[in-house]
Amino acid sequence: MKAVITVLGCDRVGIIATITRVLADTNVNILDISQTIMQNIFTMIMLVDLSKMNVEFSALSDMLNKKGEELGVEVRLQREEIFTSMHRI
Amino acid sequence: MFNRNEIIETIQMIRQENLDIRTITMGISLRDCACESGARSRQRIYDKISRYAEKLVKTGEDIERDFGIPIINKRISVTPIALVAESSDEKDYTLFAKALDDAAKNVGVNLIGGFSALVHKGYTKGDRLLVESIPEALAITERVCSSVNVATTKAGINMDAVADMGRIIKACAERTKDKGAFGCAKLVVFSNVPEDNPFMAGAFHGIGEPECVINVGVSGPGVVANAVRSLKGADFGTIAEVIKKTAFKITRMGQLVAQEASSRLKVPFGIVDLSLAPTPAIGDSVAHILEGMGLECCGTHGTTAALALLNDAVKKGGVMASSYVGGLSGAFIPVSEDAGMINAVNQKALSLEKLEAMTCVCSVGLDMIAIPGDTPASTISAIIADEIAIGVVNQKTTAVRIIPAPGMKEGDILEFGGLFGSAPVMSVSPFSSEEFIKRGGRIPAPLQSLKN
Repeated sequence: MKAVITVLGCDRVGIIATITRVLADTNVNILDISQTIMQNIFTMIMLVDLSKMNVEFSALSDMLNKKGEELGVEVRLQREEIFTSMHRI
Repeated sequence: MFNRNEIIETIQMIRQENLDIRTITMGISLRDCACESGARSRQRIYDKISRYAEKLVKTGEDIERDFGIPIINKRISVTPIALVAESSDEKDYTLFAKALDDAAKNVGVNLIGGFSALVHKGYTKGDRLLVESIPEALAITERVCSSVNVATTKAGINMDAVADMGRIIKACAERTKDKGAFGCAKLVVFSNVPEDNPFMAGAFHGIGEPECVINVGVSGPGVVANAVRSLKGADFGTIAEVIKKTAFKITRMGQLVAQEASSRLKVPFGIVDLSLAPTPAIGDSVAHILEGMGLECCGTHGTTAALALLNDAVKKGGVMASSYVGGLSGAFIPVSEDAGMINAVNQKALSLEKLEAMTCVCSVGLDMIAIPGDTPASTISAIIADEIAIGVVNQKTTAVRIIPAPGMKEGDILEFGGLFGSAPVMSVSPFSSEEFIKRGGRIPAPLQSLKN
């Protein structure tokens, strides 16, 4: 199962480090990562593979949300299908 | 590989434009719950709903979390209770409403639809008992919704039922006057009622439906409004094209959620309802889409044309995005639930007559409209008759959900709160329809050819 992680918020030191730490700890593999500043908002998008993760989807989601709160950014974990269904025929 | 702009677009829709799945509605047949003993029948109803819908709310929440898309309501629709209760010796059908309410509370859904009767050609014994019990049933229950189909294009209009419903709506308002006549917000009078509608208060599980089914209603007026607003000066062809594309994307989300819910619950997927359903939240308004097309205020001249374009484009875009489309599928224009509509009424730009005209080109009808509390029952019946005639002649669904606000006059505001919003009281004609409604009988089915 693949999922997309998005991080939106104010840029600061350590956002990627913090998020990827959570992923390493939960055995989630990063397939693609891109980061940019769009309209003054820090935007990071990651495609990840959850097939070997060692926690539940909901637990991972909660962990990421918690880290997001600490960093003052919005973190979303969403299954990839929502994007493919919306944008691909 | 993913495309950054597409991902940002999806997140933007959810985050800023109120895109959501409005409802996952599980339709459950109660036909096998009929029994000579009313008590046993109600026990069967309670048990069956509790069993089938046990995991509905949990599954909805799981899907919401996995895909990051809000699913606002999880609901249940059941076989019209008149059909189920009729076999019993019971005279008081409010007990059946109570059983539905208890079952809804047990499984955690916020509304359950199907305290309904289909009387477009006439009443059976059970239909009569059900209709008469509606005011009490909606007063003593919290989550039960009721609907009555009084006409179809093939059968014509049952004017006895139309006359009855004016009286029942008045009784409903009187019985729930301490709650701002809230009972009336849970009661819909229909023509050509669809059997697979997932939206409340008009949902029920039709007799041609399977044992159990999952229907999904999508929403996203905010997304369409923003798309339209970005097209300053563009011609109507361009606007229609953009609405179609947006509707396609919104509906794909509904299709995905419907399939996922269906496979997780092991219940067949019924339909996706392509309606644009507003909420009182700012930025979630159908009126604002119409205003985005260049109307100063919803309700002014041009509103009907704008709505016709919108409604048609939403369907064209949505149809290809879902394998099965059904339900009401049209733009909803409930006054109390749409910030732009409320504003338009307050500005005196939008009248009951204009709303009636708008319902000729979109589903669903005169929805969530507050009128003065002293409006006679016959006038309410006549309003229903007009709206129902539009549906019957145009072979479409129309409905009336109207609230005679107790003790209120034109210009007062009736507050419901939550998804039901608040409704400014609108004026009705002071001239009587009493003699007209008193006639009773049926208006014959209209001719289906020689159309002009």
